[in-house]
Amino acid sequence: MNIVACVKQVPDTEALIKVKPDGSGIDEGGIKWVMNPYDEYGVEEALKLKEANGGEVTVVSLGPARTMETIRTALAMGADKGVHVTIDEADAYNTAAALAAAIKEINPDVVFCGQRAIDDDSGQVGSVLAELLGMPPITIITGFEVADGKVKAIKPIEGAQLVIESAMPCVVTAQKGLNEPRYASLPGIMKAKKKPVDVKDAAALGISIEPKAKIAKMTPPPERAPGKIIEGDDPAAKAAELVKLLREEAKVI
Amino acid sequence: MAKGVWIVAEQRDGALRKVSFEIASAARKLADELGEEVCAVLVGSGVEGLASELGKYGVDKIYVADDAMFADYTTDAYSAAVAKVVKENDASILLLASSVQGKDLSSSLVGKLATGMASDCTEIKIADGKLLAIRPMYAGKVFGEIVVDSYPQMASLRPNVFAAVENAKAGEVVKFDAGVAADALKTKVLETQKDTSGKADLTEADIIVSGGRGMKGADEYKVIEELADLLGAAVGASRAAVDAGWRPQSDQVGQTGKVVSPNLYIACGISGAIQHLAGMSSSKYIVAINKDAEAPIFARADYGVVDDLFKVVPEVTAEAKKIL
Ligand SMILES: Cc1cc2nc3c(=O)[nH]c(=O)nc-3n(C[C@H](O)[C@H](O)[C@H](O)COP(=O)(O)OP(=O)(O)OC[C@H]3O[C@@H](n4cnc5c(N)ncnc54)[C@H](O)[C@@H]3O)c2cc1C
Repeated sequence: MNIVACVKQVPDTEALIKVKPDGSGIDEGGIKWVMNPYDEYGVEEALKLKEANGGEVTVVSLGPARTMETIRTALAMGADKGVHVTIDEADAYNTAAALAAAIKEINPDVVFCGQRAIDDDSGQVGSVLAELLGMPPITIITGFEVADGKVKAIKPIEGAQLVIESAMPCVVTAQKGLNEPRYASLPGIMKAKKKPVDVKDAAALGISIEPKAKIAKMTPPPERAPGKIIEGDDPAAKAAELVKLLREEAKVI
Repeated sequence: MAKGVWIVAEQRDGALRKVSFEIASAARKLADELGEEVCAVLVGSGVEGLASELGKYGVDKIYVADDAMFADYTTDAYSAAVAKVVKENDASILLLASSVQGKDLSSSLVGKLATGMASDCTEIKIADGKLLAIRPMYAGKVFGEIVVDSYPQMASLRPNVFAAVENAKAGEVVKFDAGVAADALKTKVLETQKDTSGKADLTEADIIVSGGRGMKGADEYKVIEELADLLGAAVGASRAAVDAGWRPQSDQVGQTGKVVSPNLYIACGISGAIQHLAGMSSSKYIVAINKDAEAPIFARADYGVVDDLFKVVPEVTAEAKKIL
């Protein structure tokens, strides 16, 4: 089976994110970069699928030069080869267009993405990619299996979960709960260094760098007014005061 | 020229979802400012009768595709239908909910309509005649102001953030042919496994009582379940509690869980890690009950109680019983 896993390099969730003084973006100084956590679930599922059915896992990533580290991480987990499409910045549509251009040549049976990247939090790329590849998207799933040439996936929705069947090839986007991503082993890390990574320039793939959705400005989050700590030693008295505040001041109960 | 503020109304099991009225109301505001109409797209099976309800929330025209093939939501069927009517009418702005269905549908439409979208917005307005969307990024550590430079200008709106405001308009129904061939569809829903607890989903709940590692075990959640039942609230959890196996994944709030915006979020025994805050910072009121006065959750809380939750929460329940 021919399997693709898309990964993105993002700031570690603990990273302190500061906006540049001119509001044009974030200050990348001092940030530790990691694989987007949702993409880890995608890579893991791709590896499991390969282990069950044979085939090859290609990890594809779009981003600046540092992205190579994240591709190597996926290779160390067990992916066979990589494609790095180089670009400095792209909105969701252009990202998907660049990934689609790179993935078309691979002719995959299944493409895995994370359901959203935890930097821009847009959650669009997997679906747009599916559209541009002419494949059905199955998004935000917590269960996945292939049987009789079809995909069966579990998708939680508000107050229920769906069992969805899809033709292949398709694009699926991974949600927490899908699996437990493996760690890269030491031998895996050694082997990853020798695995092939094809580097392509987004412009050479004919990808526009003109965003359709532009970030006009970034700002720090709005300040919250300081809260009230309910003082006292008696839990019951504090509870009574809390209930009173929620009823009379906040009017939420 | 592109015109009109369009929305996609969301329905399930024969009823419009509350978030549809929130989106309609937000669209009405923009349309009034632009002097344009609000048009809604409603796709489903046996849904024509629901259209009039959208009129109450400021929708001028409702484009309805009513067909048995739309009985279940599937991405390919619904996105084809919405893309067709939106393109034919050259919509200027297109708004959806950032609900589970809305996330899926809106992202597919970005591909089909080859446009841009601001996802999961907490504020939208008109600036220089164009849509300006404001949204949390980097788990809420940063807010971005997004301008979409293509048409339709798309945004998905975070549920429970925009007020649903009654504002009666004509609500004229226009039927359209979705032009979707049922046999061309590549996905189908085999089964819908309903959650039988009868509780509101976290993303739609007005009140959430949430418990973290401080709960100490699965059985101890009884303490917050009692309060939740009394308040008509949903029960949430931190990742620590979910990873410990005390609560199901569907209860997790945060960066790798659900993003919620209730009127009231009561965090019990939750420290307030940045990844947890990412999921609940847009709540209108936040209460923290934690025995550690230094816990970061207190910096975000409107009301804080520094004490043992097992002493405080039952007293809160007892007090609330007196007035509810
Ligand atoms: C990639 C990534 C994604 C993540 N995503 C999420 C996510 O989506 N959601 C999420 O929640 N976390 C997430 N986390 C984990 C997050 O970093 C924290 O580990 C987690 O939120 C901690 O949960 P907690 O507050 O319940 O536990 P702790 O941080 O251990 O806090 C427990 C709190 O309970 C208090 N306490 C203990 N006993 C009592 C008592 N009897 N009475 C009152 N208070 C008491 C303690 O004082 C303490 O503050 C993520 C982490 C990573 C790395």
